[in-house]
Amino acid sequence: MRNSKLVSLEEAIKRSGLQNGQTISFHHHFRGGDKVVNLVVDKLAQMGFKDLKLAASSLSDVHAPLIEHIKAGVITGISTSGLRGALADAISHGLLAEPVVFRSHGGRGSAIANGELKIDVAFLGASSSDELGNATGHGSKSICGSLGYALPDARYAKHVVVITDDLVAYPNMPQSISAADVESVVVVDSVGDSSKIAAGAIRDSKNPRDILLAKQAAKVIINSGYFQDGFSIQTGTGGASLAAVKYIREEMLQRGIKASFALGGITAHMVKLHEEGLIGKLIDVQSFDKVAAESIAVDPLHKEVSAVEYASGQHLGSATHALDIVILSALEVDTQFNVNVLVGSDGIIRGAIGGHQDTAADSALSIIVCPLLRGRIPCVVPKVTTLITPGKSVDVVVTEYGIAVNPGRPEIKEKLEDAGLNVVDIKDLAAKASSIIGTPDPLPFGNKVVGVVMNRDGSVLDKIYNIE
Amino acid sequence: MMFVPGNNPGMMADAHIYGPDSIMLDLEDSVTMAEKDAARLLVHNALKSIDYGNTEMVVRINPLNTPYGKKDVEAVVKAGVDVIRMPKTETAEEVKELEAEILKVEQEIGRVGETQIMAAIESALGVVNAYAIATASKRMMGIALGAEDYSANLKTNRTPGGAELLLAREQIVVAARAAGIACFDTVYSNLDDMETFRKEVELIKTLGFDGKSIINPRQIEVVNEVFTPTEKEITKARAVVAAIKEAQAKGSGVIAVNGKMVDRPVVIRAERTIALAIAAGVIDKEEAL
Repeated sequence: MRNSKLVSLEEAIKRSGLQNGQTISFHHHFRGGDKVVNLVVDKLAQMGFKDLKLAASSLSDVHAPLIEHIKAGVITGISTSGLRGALADAISHGLLAEPVVFRSHGGRGSAIANGELKIDVAFLGASSSDELGNATGHGSKSICGSLGYALPDARYAKHVVVITDDLVAYPNMPQSISAADVESVVVVDSVGDSSKIAAGAIRDSKNPRDILLAKQAAKVIINSGYFQDGFSIQTGTGGASLAAVKYIREEMLQRGIKASFALGGITAHMVKLHEEGLIGKLIDVQSFDKVAAESIAVDPLHKEVSAVEYASGQHLGSATHALDIVILSALEVDTQFNVNVLVGSDGIIRGAIGGHQDTAADSALSIIVCPLLRGRIPCVVPKVTTLITPGKSVDVVVTEYGIAVNPGRPEIKEKLEDAGLNVVDIKDLAAKASSIIGTPDPLPFGNKVVGVVMNRDGSVLDKIYNIE
Repeated sequence: MMFVPGNNPGMMADAHIYGPDSIMLDLEDSVTMAEKDAARLLVHNALKSIDYGNTEMVVRINPLNTPYGKKDVEAVVKAGVDVIRMPKTETAEEVKELEAEILKVEQEIGRVGETQIMAAIESALGVVNAYAIATASKRMMGIALGAEDYSANLKTNRTPGGAELLLAREQIVVAARAAGIACFDTVYSNLDDMETFRKEVELIKTLGFDGKSIINPRQIEVVNEVFTPTEKEITKARAVVAAIKEAQAKGSGVIAVNGKMVDRPVVIRAERTIALAIAAGVIDKEEAL
């Protein structure tokens, strides 16, 4: 083809003009199956690059090889939504000289759009692409569906390299990433392990605690005043969140109520409700499973959106501003309703902000579903280890020992009490947890800042210190 | 009544959050020989330190003729258990023996007469002696069927329809009613077949049982649904009770509802329906009548 952008990875890097000290970016739509980050950073190390800043939409267990690149000085800075596994553990112990910058998905979108996070070269994996760089999350080897978190990078990065293992004939359409934004296209053997990129639908939880939490969350929604025809909803992928969808569905059928849209990470559960006619439209920044990834390719009412369109706090058109109800999880909630979803009770980073801050802040009703106890770990505590979502944007906390309502939302408290739900004071929940488990010893944090938690408006919310 | 293994602290810590009417911490079949002492200590401490709210606490002890039984009695009575469940009960004498053990410990701690007994009937001999067992002590609060051992003793197998249990179930209900105590049906262990479980609960409710033993919180909802009176049943029961009051006020001996004469059994059933509805939380005690 004339004007083909096909080159080798090394050639693409040379063409990009990447310099030491600059910022490279990646998306996490290939989840635990991702091979792109390691492949590219290995090549950059081999080519002798140093002092690169890595801006990923998120990082997980599979990115442990970055540890060696950090030690060798190839990577000297990271920004991401989350960290897990060996990399998270090493960083928590002070591996990186510079603190990791944690942003929510909406916060990252805003930061890229307004220039706060400048990306020099974006390396964007795609399930398929043509020679000009029209790329999608659907290919013959893997499908991940929506490429929503990669779209701000594609649009705003100075230089964009698409990396695919399925080169298709021009025109690859409908495309997620447009050839107009792409400088180079690289074909590799594999962008990822397809079984880990899009797993089958997550099975319904049989854990009685999840079921109990789900039923309570569903009752909160049904009696909140927001459960009316045309409502909109976002849920997570945890067992309790997914089970709650089941109970909400039953009530929707019984009352003849339909939702206008579901938002966020879209799961098979949401696709099912949509296909039944119970949810009008699906707004999809990330397709969580194979069913959702397949649906977005064929259903015009199942729409891909970028992280900016999804959850930017600085763009009034973002979908979270129209969201009524969100169900979220937490590692810890404190008596001020502040939530931590990032740092474990051992002081080690083991999670991701995701859309937590964004949806909690913008939705009309935010519900945190969180067991009071996880084994011997209390989850309702006097003060969160790390502040991720400020309490003023959290409305209701559902635990197996009762439901706490933010004092700022007395009207919701009244409605839930009228419905006969077990509404309790959040301080009593924390006291209950402490009466069962006792007070844990303080964590052995050091003096080195290993992470900075950004609020979605670009301000600093909290700092994470190294654990000794 | 939800069975919880006495060697599982995680399950014991929050079994009550699922809302069973009673919790039975097990020291017998779910605990291996090697763990008997550890489990006894765990159960003792669970009873003493966990706030189970209004949930009735039952402990299934090991038989008294094992090396563990008497130690179990001492540990759980001292921890203030509501009910001791006696496994594999075959004769009234065994109940009396347990009663004596309980009394000994109660006297030691100055808490005489507080501990109740439930006897599990799990053999042909036990079924034959059901009434004698049910009336063996004034501490007896109920009898329960243990179907696995019973069907093995009968030299048969358990079937989904439960034909092999019919006589035992009926005998236990009749004995309990004659003795004026409660009766509970056996467990159903296939958690993936909620449909057959529901049928079994419907069957035992029809037979007259007061409740069902369960092994997982997921079964609670089904039992409550089957045992909770429907709105129609409650409305009818209220009409009956209202009619009695009206008749009593008028000094009339004859009661009629919707033109039909109401006799004593109907009144008793109506009162039981309302009591069940209150227990299930469907109606308030104040608004009951």
